[in-house]
Amino acid sequence: MSNRLSARVEITRENDQWTMVLSGHWLLTVEIKGRKPLNEFFPPACRKLAFNCDELKEWDSQLLLLLDRVKSYCSRQNIVIDETGLPSGVRRLMALSSAVASTKLPETDEPSFLERVAASAHELFTYCKTLCSFTGELVYSYSRLFTGRAQYLRSDFVAFVYETGPAALPIVSLISILVGIILAFVGAVQLEMFGAEIYIADLVGLGMTREMGAMMAAVIMAGRTGAAFAAQLGTMQVNEEIDALQTMGLNPIDFLVLPRMTALILMMPLLTIWADLLGILGGFVIACLTLDISLTEYYEQTLAAVKINHISVGLIKGVIFGYLVAFAGCLKGIQCGRSASAVGGAATSAVVTAIVFIVMSDAFFTYIFDLIGI
Amino acid sequence: METVKRSHRHPLIRVSNLTMAYGDFVLQKDLNFVVRRGSIFIIMGGSGCGKSTLLRHLIGLKQPALGSVHYNGVDFWQSAQQTRNTIMANCGILYQSGALWSSMTLSENIGLPLKQHTDLDHGTIAELASLKLNLVGLGGFEDFYPSQISGGMRKRAGLARAMALDPEILFFDEPSAGLDPVSAKLLDDLIIELRDSLDTTIIMVTHELASIFAIGDDAIFLDNEKRTMIDQGNPHTLLKDSKEPKVKQFLTRDGSQSRS
Repeated sequence: MSNRLSARVEITRENDQWTMVLSGHWLLTVEIKGRKPLNEFFPPACRKLAFNCDELKEWDSQLLLLLDRVKSYCSRQNIVIDETGLPSGVRRLMALSSAVASTKLPETDEPSFLERVAASAHELFTYCKTLCSFTGELVYSYSRLFTGRAQYLRSDFVAFVYETGPAALPIVSLISILVGIILAFVGAVQLEMFGAEIYIADLVGLGMTREMGAMMAAVIMAGRTGAAFAAQLGTMQVNEEIDALQTMGLNPIDFLVLPRMTALILMMPLLTIWADLLGILGGFVIACLTLDISLTEYYEQTLAAVKINHISVGLIKGVIFGYLVAFAGCLKGIQCGRSASAVGGAATSAVVTAIVFIVMSDAFFTYIFDLIGI
Repeated sequence: METVKRSHRHPLIRVSNLTMAYGDFVLQKDLNFVVRRGSIFIIMGGSGCGKSTLLRHLIGLKQPALGSVHYNGVDFWQSAQQTRNTIMANCGILYQSGALWSSMTLSENIGLPLKQHTDLDHGTIAELASLKLNLVGLGGFEDFYPSQISGGMRKRAGLARAMALDPEILFFDEPSAGLDPVSAKLLDDLIIELRDSLDTTIIMVTHELASIFAIGDDAIFLDNEKRTMIDQGNPHTLLKDSKEPKVKQFLTRDGSQSRS
C-alpha cells in the first residue's frame, strides 16, 4: 500500500547551524532513506541541532521513534536541540512522553549457582509447609463438618457427586475395559507357553482389583476432575470470588473444598469397583476369543482367585487416590495467581501433582499391604 | 506547518438506519449519526441501553441486524474480509478493564500488534513499546505483567496498546470507570492531548459527566424505552437546549448538579 511512498533524513550545515532535514512520509510501513547509526550520522563538530520539516508529508510513531533516539543521543553528547522546526503535534507528544519521568527499577544481579540451589531448597521447604498447612486446614474443616458447623451448599455437594460419579462412568468404563483387555493379552502370551491359560482369570482379576482399577480410575479423575477443580477455584481466585467469601465470613475451605473433596472421596471407591468389574469383563472377552476358555470356567476361576481382601485393597486405594486428586486440584486452585495464564498453570500442575501423588502412594501402600499380608 | 494526515472527503464514520438485535430482541433501532474526523464523539445512555453493544457494532465485532456502518465512505459489512481487516487495523480499542493479555509483559502486549502488522525488527518494536508507555506515563514498566500493576495503570497500558499501530480512530469503553477523579481527569487530558497532536478521532462510551462536558465534541443519547437515540449534539448545547427531559436529567444527574 505504502510501497510508493518514501521518507528521507539528512543533516545539513549552514555556518555553525546544523539542521536535520526530514522529508516524505514517515510511517512505520515506509523504508527510511539515509538512515545511519547516530554516531556516524552526527558530525563531531555538531553542538546545536535544529529541525526542518518543510517537506514532511505524513508522520506517525516512526518519526517519534527517531526523535526519541536523537534526543537521548544529544543529551549524552551535550548537543542542544531546538525543537521549533518540528510539527506542533510532534512537539506536544514529545513533551507528553517526558512529562512523567521513567520509573527506574532497582537492577537485580543474575543469581549465582549457590544462590539458585538455596532458592530451590527454600522453595521446596515452603512447598512442604503449604502441603502441611493445607492438610491442617482440611482437618479443621472436616472436624467442623462432622460436628455440623461447616458452611457449604448441599446443592453444590450434590452437583459434585454427580460430576465426579455418574458423569465419569463412560470414560472410566472405556478405559477399564481396555486395560482388562491389555492385561489379558500380555498374560495370555506368557501363560500359553506353560499351558496355564486358565490363570489368565487370576492375573486379570488380581491385577484389576488390587492395582489397575483404582489406579486407572484415579488417573482419569486427575485429568478430568482434578484439573476442573483447579480451574474452577483458580478462576474464582482471579475474580476475587474467594476474597468475597472470606469477607462474608464463609471459610473458603469449608465452602469450596469440602464438597468437592467429599464428593470425590465418596465416588472414587464406587468408580473403582465399576472399573474392576469392567476390567474383568474385558479380560474375559480376550480369554474367550483367544484361549477358548468358557464363561463358567473363567467365572469360577475368578471367584476362586479374587477374595474380599483384594477388593478391599483396591477400595482403600480408591479412597486415598480420591483424596489425593481432590487435594492436589483444590490446593493448586486456591493458590492460583491472579491471571488467565496462572489458571492454566494451576490446572496443569494439579494434574501432574495428582499423578505423582497417586503413583508414589500406590508404591507405598503396595509395600505396606505386602508387609501386613493382605 | 501542520501536515495533513489523510483525505478529508468523507465524514469518518457514517451510521445509517442501524438496528441492533440479539436474536429477536431489538436493542436499539434507527440509529443515524455521523462521526466527524478529529472529533471526540460520546455515546451516552442509561445502563443496559446498548452503548457497549453499539461500540461492538462499530468495531466490527457484531454484525448489525439492519442498516450500515460506513468508514471513509466504505460500507464495512458489505466489503471483503481483507478490506475489513485493513479498516480494523486502523482502529485502536481500549476495553473496559484494559483487556491486556495477562501472560505477556506490557512491552510484549504493545509489541504484538506491531509484530503482526509491520516488518519492524525486535529491537525497534521494543523501543516503540517503551515510547508508547512513556506517552501514557508508564515509562520503566516494560517488563511488568498486567497482574503486577494497578487498575488505573492497566487502563493506561491498554491505551498504549490501542495506540500501538497509530490508529486513525480510537474507541474507548468507559475509560474512566473505576478511576479516582484525579486519575480520570489525567486520562481525559491525555485523550485530548492525543487527539490534538495525532489528529485521532475518538469514540467513547461513558457516563462520567465530568468527562462528557470536558472533552466531548459530539454526543448521542440512547434511550432504554424508545429503543432508539433520542437526541444528539454537543453536550453543552444538549444541556441547554435539549427538549428531551431524559437527556437533561442525565446531564444534570437528575437536577442535583447545575452546570453551565
